[in-house]
Amino acid sequence: MSMQTSNSLGKDAWLRLRANRMAMLSLFVLIGIFIISLLGPLLSSFSYQEQNLDKVFQPPDKEHFLGTDNLGRDLFARTTYGGRISLAVGLLATLVSLLIGVSYGMIAGYAGGRIDSFMMRGVDVLYSLPFIIFVILLMVLFGRNFLLLFIAIGAVEWLTMARITRAQTLNLKNTEFIEAARALGYSHLRIIFRHILPNLLGPIIVYATLTVPAVMLLEAVLSFLGLGVQAPMSSWGSLIKEGAEKMDAAPWLLLFPGLFFCVTLFALNFLGDGLRDALDPKSSQDG
Amino acid sequence: MPSIQSLPRMDSMGQLNIQNLSINFRSREGIVQAVNDIDLKIKEGEIVGLVGESGSGKSVTCNSILQLLPCPPAEISHGTIEWTGKDLLKKSEPNMAQIRGKEISMIFQDPMSCLNPYLTVLEQVAEPLIIHNLATPTEAMQQASDILAEVGVDRILTSPNAYPHEFSGGMRQRVMIAMALITKPALLLADEPTTALDVTVQAKILSILKEACLKRKISVLFVSHDLGLVAELADRVVVMYRGKVIEQKDTASLFQNPEHPYVKALIACRPTLESSSDRLPTVEDFNNPNSCCIGANESFTSTLLLHERKVLLETKELTVEFSSKDEKVRAVNDVNLAIREGTTHGLVGESGSGKTTLGRSILQLLQKTSGQILLHGKPIVIGNSQQQLHFRRSMQIIFQDPYASLNPRLTIEQTLIEPMIVHGIGNNNQNRKERVVALLEEVGLASEHLSRYPHQFSGGQRQRICVARALTTEPQFIVCDECVSAMDVSVQAQVLNLLKSLQESRGLTYLFISHDLGVVKFMSDEISVMQHGTIVETGTVDAIYQKPQTEYTRQLIEAVPRANRSTNIFS
Amino acid sequence: MRRLVLSRFLQAIPTLWVIATLTFFMTRFAPGGPFDSEKAIPQEIKAKLESHFGLDRPLFEQYLMYLSNLLQGDLGPSFKYPEWDVSELIATAFPVSLTLGVMSLLIALCLGIPVGMVAALRRNSWMDYLPMSLSMVGICLPTFVLGPLLIFALSTNLGVFPPLGWYGPDDWILPSLTLGLFYGAYIARLTRAGMLETLQLDYIRTARAKGASSWRILTKHAAKGGLLPVVTFLGPAFAGLITGSFVIESIFFIPGLGKFFVTAAFNRDYTMVLGTVLFYASLIIFLNLMVDVLQAWLDPKARQTK
Repeated sequence: MSMQTSNSLGKDAWLRLRANRMAMLSLFVLIGIFIISLLGPLLSSFSYQEQNLDKVFQPPDKEHFLGTDNLGRDLFARTTYGGRISLAVGLLATLVSLLIGVSYGMIAGYAGGRIDSFMMRGVDVLYSLPFIIFVILLMVLFGRNFLLLFIAIGAVEWLTMARITRAQTLNLKNTEFIEAARALGYSHLRIIFRHILPNLLGPIIVYATLTVPAVMLLEAVLSFLGLGVQAPMSSWGSLIKEGAEKMDAAPWLLLFPGLFFCVTLFALNFLGDGLRDALDPKSSQDG
Repeated sequence: MPSIQSLPRMDSMGQLNIQNLSINFRSREGIVQAVNDIDLKIKEGEIVGLVGESGSGKSVTCNSILQLLPCPPAEISHGTIEWTGKDLLKKSEPNMAQIRGKEISMIFQDPMSCLNPYLTVLEQVAEPLIIHNLATPTEAMQQASDILAEVGVDRILTSPNAYPHEFSGGMRQRVMIAMALITKPALLLADEPTTALDVTVQAKILSILKEACLKRKISVLFVSHDLGLVAELADRVVVMYRGKVIEQKDTASLFQNPEHPYVKALIACRPTLESSSDRLPTVEDFNNPNSCCIGANESFTSTLLLHERKVLLETKELTVEFSSKDEKVRAVNDVNLAIREGTTHGLVGESGSGKTTLGRSILQLLQKTSGQILLHGKPIVIGNSQQQLHFRRSMQIIFQDPYASLNPRLTIEQTLIEPMIVHGIGNNNQNRKERVVALLEEVGLASEHLSRYPHQFSGGQRQRICVARALTTEPQFIVCDECVSAMDVSVQAQVLNLLKSLQESRGLTYLFISHDLGVVKFMSDEISVMQHGTIVETGTVDAIYQKPQTEYTRQLIEAVPRANRSTNIFS
Repeated sequence: MRRLVLSRFLQAIPTLWVIATLTFFMTRFAPGGPFDSEKAIPQEIKAKLESHFGLDRPLFEQYLMYLSNLLQGDLGPSFKYPEWDVSELIATAFPVSLTLGVMSLLIALCLGIPVGMVAALRRNSWMDYLPMSLSMVGICLPTFVLGPLLIFALSTNLGVFPPLGWYGPDDWILPSLTLGLFYGAYIARLTRAGMLETLQLDYIRTARAKGASSWRILTKHAAKGGLLPVVTFLGPAFAGLITGSFVIESIFFIPGLGKFFVTAAFNRDYTMVLGTVLFYASLIIFLNLMVDVLQAWLDPKARQTK
């Protein structure tokens, strides 16, 4: 059999991703949006809070790239600032759901038996409810706290992450190389961290990349309903809400934040799909 | 005076005539030539066996006849497939659909996945008649019922609305046969139809197939990797290797006078019930004319007679029970086994016999329900981690699937060093690395393989790495759980030879689990036959194969396909 | 089959109980919640609440009262509008949302499934790329962006459909379309993926080898297996339609349960919010049960196991 050059599976996957043009385009777009959101509010000559009642509802011009809103605030500054919030919520909430979900799923899957049934019964119960309703309930009862917001949102998504991790762990647990590890006397900890976790990374990365847009969407819905971040802070969701209300007078207020938001979601989804194809083990095995 | 063209062509034209066929596969890595300029004929009423190992192109050839290959990535670069005078490759899809299932039928390898789980068995068997308008729906169902009864699927009479998942593997394959023959086709293509079945079931299916086809005068193309199987069934044998036809002859001549060295090797390196030698010939032996190891050797007589050896491992009334929500299954039932030091104890059984469960429970990978397992006469105690570690050092296992037995994320070096770290073998990294290199060489690999990943190796090489891994802790006892069952015959021979030589050099004791009687005979000194969780018979190799005491053992031995039952193929 | 229905039903009861208990304790102990004695509430409301919830009784008795009220369908008076009972409000608003939901689902299925099937059959052609790219756009275009855009395009500028309100069948089109397109996109992708996967399976090759035409293979052999992911998706889809209704009803000013819920959340109408949460939870559990039954009905293997 032919010997290829020594490529680890990770490197193989990266090469496959590189070949996927849509995925690479999405990656660059995301990096671009990330940079703009980070630096935009600093570079813009206007602050996102600065009101200028002389220049209300100005369409885009040289001074205000994207126009102004009903209080004369610069839309570019507000949109890029909103990007920071939306992206921060997206990434942080995904991280929370990742940490909780992966640990939970791995423990349930590896332990198996009664512990697994019990843990997953809980997940099933929670899964059957649209969590957003509970998030809204929490928001109502406990007030609008930014920290609470993204913990609550992260807590929504951990269920699916837990399910996926558990399914993968169960699959792996029954493979022969894990049995061989047990036959060789490896401790459970060693097996979990050295043998199971590295083989879970693929699906986890894919799912995490697809969770970020889902989380951003959730935050946007909450903000749209008026239950998310409060003015003058803005996320893309709340900007879109304002834009929708004032659409007849100033369509750019809806268009630009909407565009940023949708393009980000689009790029994240394409990147996620690309990662899924790249990490697909079927294409790397021969024989 | 009839013109030359209209005279029927007699002996050179079979019913199916493949000429100059070449098929490529396009993939990300490039173009692979699967079939390279082959000629193949099948005459009316003839049974032709198409034999080859993996990568030979036999399945691709078979699937291309009915144009069932996915066309990208496959492409037929040139050639013709003539059927009753017309080239099938030039036919449009709707025209092909008229031939499929009506003039030419096909049965496939895996009966579990080849039947639609959402439709009843009767509907599926009747379907070809309905598709080709050969009967009304009611008539079709009746004919389906009749033909199913003919092939032995009696259940259909009591439960006509049964679904495929209610039947066993052997029954489903009978359903496939019924489905293929209901339209009385002229040619049947059979792509490894018995590979996934137990030996006894396989024998029944083959006889049903042969009978049904002879009765209806159907010609058959029977694809298989098993030369012995084909020999029992076919009139003529075609051997393929790497996309080319290397030999075609009628069965008897092929086995008595094989010409091509690869064919000779294929015949010789398969351990059969007739042969007895210490080492299997391999393909290399036949390619190298100077090799001296061809042919049967004398049985190696060990310096210690079998019954003089001490018993290393023993089980007493070992029982393993699995309980699920409503039922308890006794996978292993009251098993008494005694395995002697330095010998190989073969464990033979079909699927569901419990042999795998037995192997795992001896190794403490599964909890036993009751009974005792004794090592050196003392019960095995693995209370704390110290005892566990000590136990695991001396008993190891090699699994069936070399593709799943290695962690794909670790290099070979990492995989082989890890057991040493866990068990405290070797003083430092340098020392451990030296040991690893020595192990690799012992199993026939090289030190430059250390930095590579499992997916870069072939199946046979991966299995050698697994053998090396099992040896890292210097065990006394190794369970070989169907460890050559997933391999081609030529690769199998190499691994078996390796296992045997390691046994000699290291004084290892094996529990060799397999369903293949020829392989078990080659490897073992003593054999136990297992059925439904119990040991049916135990004895030395000669005793079992020459004077089997129980009916089941006799059935197993009878069911093994052989080229020629009365003569020894080794001349 | 019957065992399956029964067992799922029995499983649902503890779930509902857990939710009811959780909401009970959350409201009692939330800071700034409705029962916080520091809050300034008009006297009549306070009196009515106290009588309904038994605030002067010990906690355990309050809990039992709460549960027994629930079983009778009594969700208490609205906090903000005490003349109205929560259950009355739900009864008025829910049919509106139900109509919206059913219409959206129908649009989603009638659009998504055929598009997905065609895309799977004509893989890698323009009939695959175009719909799939559009559906990707559809997924990334949230309803609260799509809705206003549709209003802007079709209503304000072209004057085709009335934008707001819910007076007659005319009003149903834009909102259902917005929600339906979004889910239609998801369903199209799922159908395509499911069909593609099914079409690779061995039993499809067997059907081809029998001489079945492409149409026959698609409808008789591949459809059931291929559409299974869509059936599985129905569960989350129902949940999503409910969430989607909050947004859609806000945009289009539809007096449905979603809008009531959001308004109640804004207004801190605690009883209304709680009552609606419980109602939604029961609804979703019931719908999930239906989906499970449907799945079992399609899959012969599942029919015979518990």
